[in-house]
Amino acid sequence: MSERFEQRCIISGIGQSEVGRRLTRDVLALTLDACHEAIADAGLAREDVDGVISWPGAVSRAEGLAPPGPGSSGPGTGAVIDALRLRTNWHYGGPESPGMFAAVIHACMAVACGLCRHVLVYRALNEATAWRAATERVSVDPDGVRGTMSWMLPYGAFSGPNWIGLWAMRHMHEFGTTREQLAAVALNARRNAQRNPKAVMQGELRIDDYLSSKMISDPLCLFDCDLAVDGATAVIVSTSEHAPDVPHGKPVHVEAVGSALQGRASWDQWADMTETAATGAGRHLWSRTDCTPGDVDVAGLYDGFSVLTLFWLEGLGFCDKGEGGPFVEGGSRIALDGELPLATGGGQLSAGRLHAFGHLHEVCLQLRGQASGRQVADAKVGLVSAGAGPLASCLLLRTA
Amino acid sequence: MGWPTPAIDAHNRAFWTGGRDGRLLIACCGCCGAWTHPPVPRCPSCASERVEPAPVSGRAQVYSYTINRQRWTPELEVPYVIAIVELAEQHGLRLLTNIVGCAVEQVSIGMAVEVDFAQRGEVFVPVFRRAAT
Ligand SMILES: [Zn+2]
Repeated sequence: MSERFEQRCIISGIGQSEVGRRLTRDVLALTLDACHEAIADAGLAREDVDGVISWPGAVSRAEGLAPPGPGSSGPGTGAVIDALRLRTNWHYGGPESPGMFAAVIHACMAVACGLCRHVLVYRALNEATAWRAATERVSVDPDGVRGTMSWMLPYGAFSGPNWIGLWAMRHMHEFGTTREQLAAVALNARRNAQRNPKAVMQGELRIDDYLSSKMISDPLCLFDCDLAVDGATAVIVSTSEHAPDVPHGKPVHVEAVGSALQGRASWDQWADMTETAATGAGRHLWSRTDCTPGDVDVAGLYDGFSVLTLFWLEGLGFCDKGEGGPFVEGGSRIALDGELPLATGGGQLSAGRLHAFGHLHEVCLQLRGQASGRQVADAKVGLVSAGAGPLASCLLLRTA
Repeated sequence: MGWPTPAIDAHNRAFWTGGRDGRLLIACCGCCGAWTHPPVPRCPSCASERVEPAPVSGRAQVYSYTINRQRWTPELEVPYVIAIVELAEQHGLRLLTNIVGCAVEQVSIGMAVEVDFAQRGEVFVPVFRRAAT
């Protein structure tokens, strides 16, 4: 296979702020913590960073597929560039893209085309703090809702559990997927969180706790939903020419990206709601590499809701369509010592909603052999994915 | 904040106000006959500009649904059913809507429903209730 642009790129550095529900530091401070850490981890100085990209940028209201809620956007690239006094060849922030990892893919594009050598990519949220202060979880234009959300908000379809609940219900209807199978995803995340000191949920989660928890939007209950936190993650996407100079000696290579949207750009007009945009993005990713799903040693599949893990497993070809439930059932296949360890740091369900960048940070740790206390043996190939419904992007990563 | 209302524009006015006359108006292509939703200025099938709102029967089937039980805003009355329904006129012609007029537990995939309208100011929100048998 001819060389793909992303194969000229590495993740040279990673950084993450403290993560929590009652932090005292504000979101810009957390963002800068993560950025400084990532730059130093990559063996760089601030003057080496010549690109900055974030998803979704500083948006307070949007007409697109990723409507912001309180605390969901973080500081924009302008604020970060100025606070770090960077000199950039390219910077960009925006939500209109195939999900959160669009920021990483944009960074790879900027590096591969020669516009930049080291791009700082970050994702920051302070939803825990913002939601405590807000009375309303959605920001709606009092003059009326515009854009794609205008077909959903007037029906009280305010939030992710509503939109994903529609997908989950259809999946259960077509394939017999059960709540016990969704629980296996949540319980796996919690078991792994107990080995990650930064995970916000450390207590034991039992199947009875899951089954007796309150329904949010049927069939999704409280433990099917991820947790709002404050926290920031940053990575440095560098030219692979920098690989020999990475001080930790463990550059993470980008093997393939998946960004294709193979359906309508809409939450409510998706033709087959037994699959999501994950299917098109997954097919796209595997078309760009000689690797196959069987090569993957560890994965961070987007788990903003438990059922999304099933959509990603099926969409990425780890199992057949409709077989996501049986794949995770019982949890042994997806456990740390299973054939496909998932959400090894606790995922969004138990470590907190860092919006896919938590998974990226964790899988980089795994590939670098630095996932202390929860290291997957001999992890060489990792996969991370981001998004739900019509939003999907994914990255195949490998060690040398 | 209560239930949000849509901003009315030239493209969506028929959909959101047709209920005043008891009609569900869906964009239909005068050239190839394809129905499309949401309404757009050109037919996504044949690219014709002859797209006009036309009344449909209001008969539909539940494609999927969810029961919202979370009070996202303080004024929200819960639970209520959010559904995707497929209109009888064309395979894949769907709307996101509410199923009203029955207990939330009575809704099921495949259930036959028919349109009704919930008035909010100048807007007549198309909702669905269980079809009379
Ligand atoms: Zn036409």
